[in-house]
Formats: sequence, structure tokens, C-alpha cells
Amino acid sequence: MGRQRPIRNSYDGDIMSELKGTGQQTADAPTPEDAFHEAAALDARETDSQSSGRNGGPVLAADGTPLKRSLSRALRRQKLRALALIAPLLIFVLFSFIIPIGSMLFRSVENGFVEQTLPLTVAELKNWDAESDTLPDEALYQAFVTDMVAAVEAKEHTKLGSRLNYEQTGLSSLFRQTGRKIKKIDPETDGPFKDKLIDIDDKWGELETWRTIKTHSVRYTNGYFLNAIDMQRTAEGAVAQPENKRILITLFMRTLFMSLVITTSCILLGYPVAWILANLPARSANMLMILVLLPFWTSLLVRTSAWKVMLQQQGVINEVLVWLGIVPDDARLVLINNQLGTIIAMTHILLPFMILPMYSVMQTIQPTYLRAAKSMGATNWTAFWRVYFPQSVPGIGAGSILVFILSIGYYITPEIVGGTKGVFISNRIAYHISSSLNWGLAAALGTILLAVVLILYWAYDKIVGIDNVKLG
Amino acid sequence: MKPTKLLIASSALALSAGAVAAADMTIVSWGGAYSKSQQNAYHAPYTAKTGVNIINDDSSNEAVAKLRAMNEAGNVTWDVVDVVAADAMRLCDEGLAMEIDPDTQLAPAPDGTSAADDFGDLLVSDCFIPQIVYSTTFGYRTDLVGDTPPDDVCDVFDLEAYPGKRALEKRPINNMEWALLCDGVAKEDVYDVLETPEGQDKALAKLDTIKDSVVWWSAGADTPQLLADGEVVMGSTYNGRLFSLIVEQKQPVAMLWDAQVFDLDGWIIPAGLSEERQKQALDYIYFATDTQRLADQAQYISYGPARASSAPLVGKHAELGIDMAPHMPTDPANATNTFLYNYEFWADYRDDIDAKFQAWLAK
Repeated sequence: MGRQRPIRNSYDGDIMSELKGTGQQTADAPTPEDAFHEAAALDARETDSQSSGRNGGPVLAADGTPLKRSLSRALRRQKLRALALIAPLLIFVLFSFIIPIGSMLFRSVENGFVEQTLPLTVAELKNWDAESDTLPDEALYQAFVTDMVAAVEAKEHTKLGSRLNYEQTGLSSLFRQTGRKIKKIDPETDGPFKDKLIDIDDKWGELETWRTIKTHSVRYTNGYFLNAIDMQRTAEGAVAQPENKRILITLFMRTLFMSLVITTSCILLGYPVAWILANLPARSANMLMILVLLPFWTSLLVRTSAWKVMLQQQGVINEVLVWLGIVPDDARLVLINNQLGTIIAMTHILLPFMILPMYSVMQTIQPTYLRAAKSMGATNWTAFWRVYFPQSVPGIGAGSILVFILSIGYYITPEIVGGTKGVFISNRIAYHISSSLNWGLAAALGTILLAVVLILYWAYDKIVGIDNVKLG
Repeated sequence: MKPTKLLIASSALALSAGAVAAADMTIVSWGGAYSKSQQNAYHAPYTAKTGVNIINDDSSNEAVAKLRAMNEAGNVTWDVVDVVAADAMRLCDEGLAMEIDPDTQLAPAPDGTSAADDFGDLLVSDCFIPQIVYSTTFGYRTDLVGDTPPDDVCDVFDLEAYPGKRALEKRPINNMEWALLCDGVAKEDVYDVLETPEGQDKALAKLDTIKDSVVWWSAGADTPQLLADGEVVMGSTYNGRLFSLIVEQKQPVAMLWDAQVFDLDGWIIPAGLSEERQKQALDYIYFATDTQRLADQAQYISYGPARASSAPLVGKHAELGIDMAPHMPTDPANATNTFLYNYEFWADYRDDIDAKFQAWLAK
């Protein structure tokens, strides 16, 4: 961030500019960064002087040690102290954020469970060609019965059934029911097992079942990521999901598109508000500020439910429009349970995140610039567009990043007002975390979402430059 | 000397705090009127009898995910959890709930019938102790349906006779069954048809005919609110919610019991509790699921007790003084045409059909 000299505000006495004054003073104090620059400069001079051979020994400090060494020692101390100061936060973030998130994301590839539960079967399956048209031989069935009896003993078989049911419908009950009946079989003496197992359930005599187990027995799988982009892992490799099950890509696209729309509408609505806030006298600005912050302090659920009351077909807006005769009673507007509802409610909820950074940037723009521009003959519009607006862009940038990233992960508002076409990918992630318990898929979706955000952030840095973002 | 004394004093304090905590029980349920009915019928008498302090936690709608997380962290803080039967089955499959032997661990009926026989078919999972029978059914606005109120579940699909919006749950369960029933599939064949991709398409095609007139709900409180606001003409929800809308809030709404889908709600005990806590939890369950206790709960909420022996004991509403029997989903007059949620089927097909259903919704 470029460090600019503070330009004294015209209303010098007010609190805001006083606060700003102190802020800038600290920025003027020497920082470790300054010391680095100086050390680098010294370094450069030293090599300079050595190569030219004009001057013999290095520059010495007061106590006789070379200045470079004593400076770097001082710097190291400073760095250690800085590290010690941030250590509590660093450790906190590490344990409460980075490690849990990391382990959650790791689930998107981790798949050791199948092999752990059916070790002998998985080893035997390696000898069986999944693309052949013959069933596995007796050795595999024997291995499977041994594994399965052990799994039933450890009560792991139903868990395995739920895991494999994500890949092939019906395996959940197959494992549950086989588990009940297999207790009567002794894996040591009761062989051969092939017919016995097929007797328990026909599915054990189907190629499809064994193919699914084989395909999903690898320790690290790409299956969840393939599912996350509407594909599936099969014995023949990755193939697209059937058309009537494709939904996740649509949801990703919709999430990005709607987040963009919400960000844009926040800019359009927030900019004039921030401008008024920044240009009013402090007393009235503070009053208005409370109005901006008030929704911030109200529960999210209350605000979202309030929108429901406003927007529904028998709601306040429709009633008023019908009463005014603008809208006929039998053709009331559909403002909720669709994309429009999500956009309206989320724009309102995220608006403070746009106004606040804009406001604090606009605070620093001198009104004298506008006056100067006008005195030199600019029209109101030119003065605004050529002089004021470019200086406020860093505030728009900061607000947009905040709003966009927040809205991309929004969950509860789309769930309540989004109906069917206004829900986001996060609603699907929540479903897989809490209802279907398919945490691997949820983790894969989350990882993709995180990657998309990082890519967009990188692109933003390339196009706009992250230096141009200011929170004040 | 001083620091040592302090240490001894504080560890003694910690020990006594630990002893107090052992007499506490955390019971997880759904909150609202339902938790209140359990507080009155089970928790209060149990505390009076044993002195055990019961802490209520309203987390049942995310119980499965939370129990799994607790289990992985090795620190299960819940003692007894109220879940719907499908979740109980899932928890049992995942090894997150303890298996119960009804004959030794649950109270027999007053006439000596064993608990297993008293609960009968409702013991749908080895880990599940049923508590109530509830149903998902329709309510309609009496003032918005004209002179012939709907009496058939297929009226939901009849936009000509009953124009206006309908509220349906934003998931395939129940909706797919109703769609097939109204598309001419016989009741006993519904799940056989729904097993096939063609059957699923058929159900979705039927739902497609009313898709534009549906408001999809995800919380049980949505439909009563939508009905009260006149946003929808009819909508599905849990019968207890409709009871409170009709009887307690006196809204112009009536029940459409036809093809109501019975479902069960009950207790599970999390796996991995310490021996002492497990004993405590089992003691509570033994007390709270006996014949009289289950009948008592029906004084506060219109859900049917899961024991056959409790049904004759159902009396009047504790505050309103009205007879509760006619409001029970299990009452013969209401239960002329019913449907029982097929747990095995949905445990298998839930993920597959849900993906199709959501893709269809997004179209």
C-alpha cells in the first residue's frame, strides 16, 4: 500500500480527521520494513565499494562490530519479538482454523475405509478383471465372507454399506441384510461360499456389485471430485453422470453469477449512500451511520424473515401495489422463492459490507479537489467522473471483494427465500454434511469453492491490483 | 504452603463439580412445543423421581452430523437423542447409536405384554426406541377451496378444481409416493414402481404438472405460516403443526388426512458413552417410554403414542381440555387411508432419487 502524506481535512476539528491523524503518524514511525530497505541499501553500497576496491574494511558500528552484522542482529531480535507478539493468534488460527479445515478438505480424497474393512477382499479383487464378463472366483467369495464376518463383529459393515451406497443405489440394504444372515456362516468350515452368498442376495451374483467395490477400494480416490463436477468414477474410468442427475455445475455457475449480480447491486445502491455519509457534517453523518449499522446488529434470520413478509404474494409490497391499482389482484408479482428474492434479500444483508469501506475511502477525498476542478471549468459530471470517482475506486474494490466472497458462501438466506432457482452450491454442501452424511463429496465441493475464490482473487489482483484496495 | 493449599482446594472443587456433572443428563430434541411436551410428560417426573437434572438441547435437526463429529472427536456430550426413525437407522448403520434389547431394556406393558410386542412393527431399527407416531399430511384453507373441500390427496394435483399455490417439502420423500398414487399406481405397488428409473421419471412427470404452483418448504413451520398468510391453498406438513394452527391459533384451516404418511420419532442412545452415563441413559429410557409416560405426552401434543397399550389411556389436552383422540393421526376416522414410510427403501434410494429430484427442481 502506498503511504501517502495525510492531507489535512478542511474540517480540521472533527473527530474523524483527528483519528486519521494518529493513524498516519504511526505509519510514519520507523518500521522493520524501513530497516530492511536501509540494510539492503548498505549491502548494495558494500558490494559496490568492494568491487571498485576504493575503500578497504566494511563500515563499523560504534562497538567495533561490522555495522551490517550488528544491524542484522538487531533486526533478528525485532523479528523474534514480532513473532512472539503474533504467536498467540497464529497458534489459535492454526488449531481452530487451518488444521480443522485442512482435515476436512483431506476427506475429499481420503478413502481408506473400504480397504480397512475388507482387506482380504480388496487384495483378491486385484486379481479379478473388472471388465471381464465372469464373476470373481471362489477365493474372492471366501475372502469376502471372512472380511464380512469380522466387519459384522466390529459393526462396520453397515457403515461400509452407506459408503458404497453413494456410488451404487441399493448397497446400503445389501450390506445390512447380508450382515444379519452371514452370522450363521462360519468362514473356516462352511465353504464353498459363492452359492451361499448368492443365495443370501442375488446382488452378490451381479458383476455390477463387484465392479463398484473394486472401483472404490483405492486408498485415495478422485471419485468425490468427479461427483462434484457431475461425473462419476467407474470401472471404465471417469464418465459423465446421467443427464437427470446433473446439478452441481449448474449450482456453481448460478452461485458465481448471482454473487456477481449481488455485488453489482450493492455497488449501485451503496455508492450514493457512502457519498452522502462522507460529505455530510459529522453530526448528521453519525446519525445516518447508525441507520446503516442497525441492520448489521439485527439477527440475520429476523432480517430474512422480514423480507419474506415484505415480498410474498400476500405481503406488504404486493398489497400496496394492488391497493394502488398498479398490479391486478389476480396477477400479483412473484418476488420471493426465486432468484429475485435471493438477490433482494442478500443485497440488503450485505450492503453494510459495501458501504463501510467505500465510506472510509471517500472520507479521505478532499472536497477541495472537486471545487478546484469546477473552478477550472469542469461540469458537475466531469468533476465527479474524472476527479472524484477515480479516488473512490479503492473503496469499491475492497467492498466488492468482501461482498462477493461473503455471498459466494452464503447459505441460510438462499435456503429461506431462494425457492428452487435461487439456491446456491452451499445449500447442497449443507445437505451433504448434515443429511446425506456424504462428507467426502461435501469436502470436494468445498475445496472447489475455495479454489474458485482463490483464482478469482488472483485474477482480481492481476487486473485491478490488490494494492488498489483500501479499507480506509 | 499457600499455593499448595490453593491447589488442593481447587482440585477438590473440580472433583465435586465433576460429581455434580455426573448427575446431569443432556437430552437432545426438536425444541418448541414438542420439547415442551417431553419436558412435561417425561423430564419433570423423572427429575422428581430421581433428582437427576436434565439439560435440554434443541439440536435434533442436525443430530446425525453432530453425533458423527462428536464420535470422531472421541467426546460424546449427549446422553439421549430424539431423532426420526430414518435418522436412527442411519446412526445405527454408522455405528453411532447403541443397540437396544427391547425385552430386557424397556418396560413391559402393564398387562405384562413384552415391550417388543407392545411396540410391534414400529421397532424399525435395532437402535431405535419409538416414542410417537406422527404423520405428514395436508392442511387446506377452508375459505379458499370453494364449496367442495378436498377429501382426496389427488386434489393436490388438481389445479382446475383447486387453483392456487400448494406447499410441498423440498425433498423427494413423500412427494414421489403421492405423485405415483395420483398417477394411478396402486398403493401396494408404489415402492416397486419407484425402484425403477421409469417409475421415478413417472413420479417427476406427475409433479411437473403442478411444479409452477408449488412453494417448496424446508422447515416444518413454513407450511402453517404460508397457510395462515393465505400464500397457499393447501400444503403438507407434520400433523402436530396443523393441530396447533387449527385448534390453538384458530385459523380457517382443516385437515386432509387422506394418504397421510406415517412416520416415527423416538430415542437413541449414542454409542461410546461411559458405562455410568450409559446406565443413566438406559434408566431414563426405561422410565420415559413406559405405557403411562407415552400416553401422558399426548396431553400436550397431537402425536400418537408408539405403544399399543398407551392408546386407550390418551385423554384430554392439558390446557384446552379438548378430547385428543380425534386429532391423533392414528384415530380410526383419520386413518382410513394411510401410508407407512418405507425406511429400507429410502435408506437405499435417498441419495440417488434426491440427486434426480434436485436436478428436476433446478430445471
